[in-house]
Amino acid sequence: MFASDVLVAQNIGFALIALIMVYGALRVVTTSNVVHAALWLVVVLAGAAAQYILLAAEFVAITQVLVYIGAVMVLFLFGTMLTRARIGAESDLNNKNWFFGIPVALALFVALAVALDSGFGSQKMPADAAVATTQEISDQIFGPYLLPFWALSFVLLAAVVGAIVLARRD
Amino acid sequence: MNLATLLSADLPYWAQSLLRVLGGLVAVLLPAGTVVYLFLFKMMSFMQSRLGPMEAGPQGSMQLFAEVGKWLQKEDIYPARADKFIFKLAPLIVLASTFLLVVVVPFGPDALFTDFETGVFYALAVSSVSVLGILIAGWASANKYSLLGGLRAAGQLIAYELPMVLAVVGVVIQAGTMNLQQIVVAQNAGSMFGFSSLGNPYVITQFVGFIVFMIAVQAELTQTPFDMPIAESELVSGYMTEYSGFRFLIFFIGEFATAGVFSMIASILFLGGWAVPFSWFGWTTIDSIDNWMNIVGPLILFTKMIAVVFFIMWIRFSYPRFREDQLQKFAWKVLIPVSLANIMVTAILKVAL
Repeated sequence: MFASDVLVAQNIGFALIALIMVYGALRVVTTSNVVHAALWLVVVLAGAAAQYILLAAEFVAITQVLVYIGAVMVLFLFGTMLTRARIGAESDLNNKNWFFGIPVALALFVALAVALDSGFGSQKMPADAAVATTQEISDQIFGPYLLPFWALSFVLLAAVVGAIVLARRD
Repeated sequence: MNLATLLSADLPYWAQSLLRVLGGLVAVLLPAGTVVYLFLFKMMSFMQSRLGPMEAGPQGSMQLFAEVGKWLQKEDIYPARADKFIFKLAPLIVLASTFLLVVVVPFGPDALFTDFETGVFYALAVSSVSVLGILIAGWASANKYSLLGGLRAAGQLIAYELPMVLAVVGVVIQAGTMNLQQIVVAQNAGSMFGFSSLGNPYVITQFVGFIVFMIAVQAELTQTPFDMPIAESELVSGYMTEYSGFRFLIFFIGEFATAGVFSMIASILFLGGWAVPFSWFGWTTIDSIDNWMNIVGPLILFTKMIAVVFFIMWIRFSYPRFREDQLQKFAWKVLIPVSLANIMVTAILKVAL
């Protein structure tokens, strides 16, 4: 059962990428330099993109690179470099309430695990799954998922308007 | 024999991969060398009424090898207070982004690295990774000028990435695909008002998109008039101030290789790519193209690339640089509205016609 079901190339790839992601995530919170933490976060996000490719979801993987690595992380680094990014270790990065983060992270993990398990159960992805074409994805977004798509657009629009209102001096 | 069957059937996987790596090296280094020699050495000298390099080889054509030899011999130095690991990592990120970019460029009917369904989208995504390298290069140098250069570069590249993406959307709407190979086919198999001997290059129908795209490319490559990030006279080369020897060489190759690869992508999106109009030889689909196009196609694409880089360099050597606030205003208040209007007009015409 084990050798044929578990030791396929996809699972080995998943395990390797997941290990890198977990190590990167731990380094994000333990490293003593803000810019290093941001760069470890880039490693984690790139790992997520690699996992999407492993799941034959090209479009999502490329969006992950474009949005998170190309835009969000660049803005993040931009912001820290403008304000407080020193070279070398900093001692005051840890808040004294950091241990409250552990139960929150555990609760989030349990919630996601339960949601995924009840949603997909023991469904398996076929080993030769075809790559979803962009056309299929757009047919889904602009067909059955049109209302959630609009709702998300309005949330983003509200955020953009809010940012402009906060940033304007007059 | 078909090149695709040669690559897929007769060779083992490692040999195919080796061929692809070698092809990638050629596709990155050859444009970089050509651009530097033809334009940076010779055209710039001509425009400034001097000869340029003349000693190494006929017309100084071996000067490039002399330059590379010089850079490689230099001592590998870094500032005492620099973040050494990141300082060394940054040029590699910039160069890696160029190599990732060339992967989707089709050079002929079968001469391609990968036939990627979402090619344009992928190209725009990986080209934005180089911003990360530039930003951390400026930070890790432990130098205020470098940090300022890195910040200016990040602000500029983010601002001009948007009009670039939006300009490409017009082409994608008209071609109905994001696959670069399919975009080439759509242009050369198409016709204008029933007149098919020129194909239907999108530079005509998407002229606004082409202009916006070329301006955005000029800014993404940080060439004058968009060279605020490396302004020599105020920032002493910005994020590259502390780099010397072969690390500077990597930045330099990255800059001009990216110029070459972006020009290839521009000629694929707007100028018909590697192909000639299909009606010249009675081809109808991509499968009916003769095999010799795998040799001629790359040469056609290379010629178009040189023509596009010529315009980039012509503007670079002719204009003074923008001020920082003018640069941002131009992206957000001119280019983005224009490209959004272009998308709307294209979409309406696509549905109406």
